[in-house]
Amino acid sequence: MSLVLRASHIAKQYGRTPVLNNISMSFEEKGIYVLMGDNGSGKSTFLRICALLEDPDGGSANYEVNGTLLPRDINLRRRISLVLPGVGAFNTSVHQNVLYGLKLRGIKGNDASRKAARAIDFVGLDHKKEQNALTLSSGETQRLGLARALAIEPEVLFLDEPAAFVDARNREIIEEIIRNLAGDSRRTVIMTTHNRRQAQRLSNRLFFLENGNLRPA
Amino acid sequence: MDYLAEGFLRAVRLILSLDRELTGIILLSLKVSGLALVLATLLGLPMAVAIGFKRIPMRGFIVSLFNAFMGLPPVAVGLFVYLFLSRRGPLGFMGLLYTPSAMVIAQTILAFPIIVSLCHAALISVDPVIRQAARTLGATDPQAAIAVVKEARFGIMSGVMAALGRVMAEVGAILIVGGNIAGYTRVMTTTIAMETDKGDFELALALGLILIGISLLINLALHLVQQKGVRKLV
Repeated sequence: MSLVLRASHIAKQYGRTPVLNNISMSFEEKGIYVLMGDNGSGKSTFLRICALLEDPDGGSANYEVNGTLLPRDINLRRRISLVLPGVGAFNTSVHQNVLYGLKLRGIKGNDASRKAARAIDFVGLDHKKEQNALTLSSGETQRLGLARALAIEPEVLFLDEPAAFVDARNREIIEEIIRNLAGDSRRTVIMTTHNRRQAQRLSNRLFFLENGNLRPA
Repeated sequence: MDYLAEGFLRAVRLILSLDRELTGIILLSLKVSGLALVLATLLGLPMAVAIGFKRIPMRGFIVSLFNAFMGLPPVAVGLFVYLFLSRRGPLGFMGLLYTPSAMVIAQTILAFPIIVSLCHAALISVDPVIRQAARTLGATDPQAAIAVVKEARFGIMSGVMAALGRVMAEVGAILIVGGNIAGYTRVMTTTIAMETDKGDFELALALGLILIGISLLINLALHLVQQKGVRKLV
């Protein structure tokens, strides 16, 4: 019953500039897929299309379970998640931030608190759970983004530049979190980075996005 | 100067004695303006959300229109509401003229554009990544819009307070549509205007002091709300 993403002939252009050019790829194996590419190469666009947040101009991102195509509805969207580069922390406590996705799924009370506490602990923010999320450092904010996604246990998790603009210590912590996240055999992690060393440290499968095309490393 | 001091003292005595007429007028003022504010918020906030998030034609023009209507002359609003509610008007059959309901309608019309404009400004100042983040966590479009409203809560509260300040101090519209009937549609501002005309400053001064007090309280609340919003980030 595992969720498989199939990107088929995805094309996207902004104005007259083509960004993605007929990209097809299946993410059948679990583990960490890393997409590398220069700034503006279309990595984030590809992730947003695959996370069903943006429509492509051509092609489609489809999800299947045992070969059955799933409808692109809210139920499917709640089985996947994307951690944005800016995270988008809500102006409330760390704990409430992590509870948000659980509440959307109708998980409340002790069950929600337990899941949130586990996710916060997983990213090492336990001592800051009552602190306002907008007062966190950029590294801690990235970890909060991971905790929010982790709490809802997505089967496919997209991470858009999860360790950009953070210090070395936070980068190490974030990389460790990602490794642990992908350790769950039911989960596929698809992330972007332009840091080649980080890509090599983390990836099970590494791809390059160049001139709108995806190629294996 | 004596009559001023004497009037002031008598006004304070009237307030301290919790005069029945005085308290009746104050309660009606709070009821009319409070109800108008609730109605204007219930209508204005969804309108602000729609303008902010929906793809609607002529959005810029609509926003400019609401901004312009923030300064609607109360007397003109009173006149139009009067014409609609008067016996020969299209809504004359409802028999609302010279009732507190007519005053609520007039004040709702005055507060509505203020709430729409200030709430819209608060909503569009929220980082667009918040809406995206809500969607990445599984929010539907309406749930993502609610997340943005929550983020804009301090700005929205400021808008509501500003509208309350405006309607509490308003006299022109409610005088025209309410008729200033003693014990029925007489509120603080219309009483002050009438008592001043009569040269009887005792009640006018007492109400004036209370109105200034309420105005200060609204501004204090506004300040605290804004400070709370800022403090959260420090």
